[in-house]
Amino acid sequence: MQPHESISAAIEAAKAEGRTGLVPFFTAGYPEPAEFLNTLRAIAEVGDVVEIGVPFSDPMADGMTIQRSSFVAIQKGVTLKWIFDQLESIKGEIKIPIVFMSYLNPLLAFGFEALAQRALDTGVCGFIVPDLPFEESGEIRHALEQKGIGLIQLVTPATPAERLKLLARESRGFLYAVTITGITGGDSGLPADLAGYLDSVSEVSTLPVCAGFGIRSAEDIVNVGKHAAGAIVGSALVEVLEQGADPAIFLRQLR
Amino acid sequence: MKSILEANEAAALRKALINGELPDERGRFGPFGGRYVPETLVPAFERLEEGVKKHLHSPEFQAEFQQELREWVGRPTALSRAPRLSERWGTEVWLKREDLAHTGAHKINNAIGQALLAKRLGAERVIAETGAGQHGVASAAACARVGLPCSVYMGVVDIERQAPNVDRMHRLGAEVLPVETGDKTLRAAINEAMREWVSDPAGIYYLLGSAVGAHPYPYLVRELQSVIGTEARQQMLDLAGSLPDVAFACVGGGSNAIGLFYALLADDVELIGVEAGGTGDGLGQNAATLATGTAGVLQGCYSLILQNDDGQVQETHSISAGLDYSGVGPEHALLQAVGRVTYVTASDDEALEALEELCETEGILTALETAHAYAAAKRWSQEHPGKRILICNSGRGDKDMPTLTKYAARTRTHAAA
Ligand SMILES: Cc1ncc(COP(=O)(O)O)c(C=O)c1O
Repeated sequence: MQPHESISAAIEAAKAEGRTGLVPFFTAGYPEPAEFLNTLRAIAEVGDVVEIGVPFSDPMADGMTIQRSSFVAIQKGVTLKWIFDQLESIKGEIKIPIVFMSYLNPLLAFGFEALAQRALDTGVCGFIVPDLPFEESGEIRHALEQKGIGLIQLVTPATPAERLKLLARESRGFLYAVTITGITGGDSGLPADLAGYLDSVSEVSTLPVCAGFGIRSAEDIVNVGKHAAGAIVGSALVEVLEQGADPAIFLRQLR
Repeated sequence: MKSILEANEAAALRKALINGELPDERGRFGPFGGRYVPETLVPAFERLEEGVKKHLHSPEFQAEFQQELREWVGRPTALSRAPRLSERWGTEVWLKREDLAHTGAHKINNAIGQALLAKRLGAERVIAETGAGQHGVASAAACARVGLPCSVYMGVVDIERQAPNVDRMHRLGAEVLPVETGDKTLRAAINEAMREWVSDPAGIYYLLGSAVGAHPYPYLVRELQSVIGTEARQQMLDLAGSLPDVAFACVGGGSNAIGLFYALLADDVELIGVEAGGTGDGLGQNAATLATGTAGVLQGCYSLILQNDDGQVQETHSISAGLDYSGVGPEHALLQAVGRVTYVTASDDEALEALEELCETEGILTALETAHAYAAAKRWSQEHPGKRILICNSGRGDKDMPTLTKYAARTRTHAAA
């Protein structure tokens, strides 16, 4: 199985158990770099796929929570290389597929070939790059594909039908359906027409669809789960970590 | 993604630039440019690109735009000789007076053009970012002129040092939204504006203030600002009798510079862009993106940026809010790569001295941004006596009074020495 296929398989497996796939997101090294691996282990006990945020100085698609976590992590010395080194130190221990969420520039600075190789070596199966539209993604996609690593595409309620088909076809691992027209971390609730939107995304996608942005509670996950294979929980989890609470307890009550 | 050009490639791109063939269909100036935006904004950028294609060079839009430039902005702006400054420097100095444009800087050329476009595209409201506050004031005025509500994002550091402009924006009916995140200057204000745009990509028109960002902004802003160079070129021929030997402009994002340079690219005129040298050469002490930056993606385009080895964008320092930015327009990155434009720096202190000298000799209080261009031109003059110099006087300095008052005591000592 290619690394990107293990992502799809993990979501499908949850579905086969009658569950909504749970994809927790957290910013690497936040609030404390020393706690990174313990947090990751705890999250991996409950999640089906884990999404690790690579901090960036200019997170233009993110709300206050993820901005704050990114700035603190950078200040405390978290870099892409550091995250890879940490993962390498516990290689084989994390049993669920790992996905990186990173803005393009840190990946560019690392170098795409080196990135794909290190991802392969450390169990990173896919990348989500929120400021990289498909049209600009040729080079990185090519480098990742050589190693079987997936570039996960995002679609949004603003995506026209034709483009939705294109992005569904080109995505790897899963198709990321952004639930709202907005940035991460909103607390204004999920939109009223969410079901219709997620159904239309699921309809065109052969990959499992995971919904993300603004999902905070068990109730949200039930609502999303009727129309999508998986749910991504980001800002809400980062806030739990911020308060020093146990991420596994929080995530268990979502499952 | 590469940033170094082979010799033959550079030659071909230099020709394409001079012939006005760039950006290409994908918004690229050679390797630089492009469109790196969140998926939510992709349809909005496609609509904007279509709108620019349809309207910008249409006779109807151009007639309206030219009329506004003439009757409301007050164009053409003057070309002034600078006899007393010329005598001091030993060169023949000419000033393109963008400070005389309505609201006091070149920013208005772009703002009124984009406000007219926003109106045609059916926008419900306009958002903008500002550093020095000049683009904020210009946007507020232009939106009032066309009848659209306007919100301006401004870093709290800039709100303090450019206080007069905050007041002006309020009076012109705009809402000023303080930005507390990131570096609390221009870069943070752009991020915040992008975040707001993501919340309503169909209703909002984002009126970006410099030749930066994702395609089509660098192209759109250049086209709207190129009136500076087109006028200046003709005025030099009419008043001075020939083109200048060299032309100077300060470079923040690069809009007044590309506006001046674009019409002169094919001429035998040396072009020099001047960045903020701040207080020194170290990372974080200046905003010398072209002089010391490396290639990367920031706020929508691939260009040169100030960043560390991990790809984290670095904070900048400049005494002038309008130059205090870690990125630069992609067309400047290419103009430097192909060797058509040279980019140099001037320090905070040099800019302050130049500002004072211009006040004394020509009775013009220029903007701190603009003062950097004078500082570099003065240095150049020492090595090229007798040459003819054109400087883009991009804006007036009233907005800088809070900063100037703070430095007044020190500069007076300079003058006495
Ligand atoms: C008077 C003046 N000149 C220059 C600039 C720098 O911008 P740009 O490089 O886009 O011309 C500013 C920016 O605020 C300005 O107010």
